[in-house]
Amino acid sequence: MKEPNDVILKTATKAAVVIILAFSIHLFLSGHHNPGGGFIGGLAFVAAVVLLYLVHGIEKVQKNIPVDFKKVAGIGVLISVFTGVGGMISGNPFLNQAFWMVDLPLFGKTEMATAVLFDVGVALAVIGASLTIIISISDDR
Amino acid sequence: MIEGILFFSLLFLIFSVLTIIYRLVVGPTVSERVQALDALGIYLIACVAVFSVVLRSTAFFEVILLFGILSFIGTIALARYIERGVVIERQQSD
Repeated sequence: MKEPNDVILKTATKAAVVIILAFSIHLFLSGHHNPGGGFIGGLAFVAAVVLLYLVHGIEKVQKNIPVDFKKVAGIGVLISVFTGVGGMISGNPFLNQAFWMVDLPLFGKTEMATAVLFDVGVALAVIGASLTIIISISDDR
Repeated sequence: MIEGILFFSLLFLIFSVLTIIYRLVVGPTVSERVQALDALGIYLIACVAVFSVVLRSTAFFEVILLFGILSFIGTIALARYIERGVVIERQQSD
C-alpha cells in the first residue's frame, strides 16, 4: 500500500495530544468540587491515546507505551476497592472517605482527600477498559 | 437589546443545525455525512458559547473544549475510514 502523505495530521497531533493530556489532568483534579473527576478525566486521556493510535498505527504506539491495558483496568479496580476497605479498617462503613486541610508551601491551605485515591482507581479502570475495547474492536476486519 | 441579538443568533444557529441534520440524513455519500458531522460539531460549540454569554457563566467552557477535541478525533477517524477502509491500522498485514 502506498504510504500516505499526512504531514499536516502528524504535526497537528504533536500539539493536540499535549493539550488533550493537560486537559485530562485538569478535569481529573477539578473533580471534587467542580465538574470533572476520575471517569471523565480517564475518558479524555483515552481520547488522546486514541488520537495517537489513529495517526501512528498500533505497532508504533504499543512499542512506545509498552503497557497491557487489561492489567491497568484490573489494577484500577483493585485500588478503588482497597480505598473502600481502608474506611472499614477504622470502624467506618465501606467506601468511607476522609479529608485533611494541609498547608502547602505554594498553594496555601489545600484540602487533601482520600477520595482522590478512589478517583485514581476509577480513572485507571476507565482507561484500561476503554482502550482494551477500542483496540480489540479495531483488530478484526 | 443585547439579549435580543443573542437570542436571535441562537435561533439562526438552531436553524442551521437543523439544515445540517437534513444533510446528515439525506447526504448521498459518506463524504457528505462526514462533512456534516464536522460542521455539526462546530455549530453545537457555537450554540454553547452563545448560551454561556446569555447566562453570563464560565461553567460551560470545559464542555466547549471537550466537544472540540471529540469532534476533531471523530472527523479524523471517519476521514481515515473513507481513505483506507481501516480506522486503526497495523503495519505488517496487507
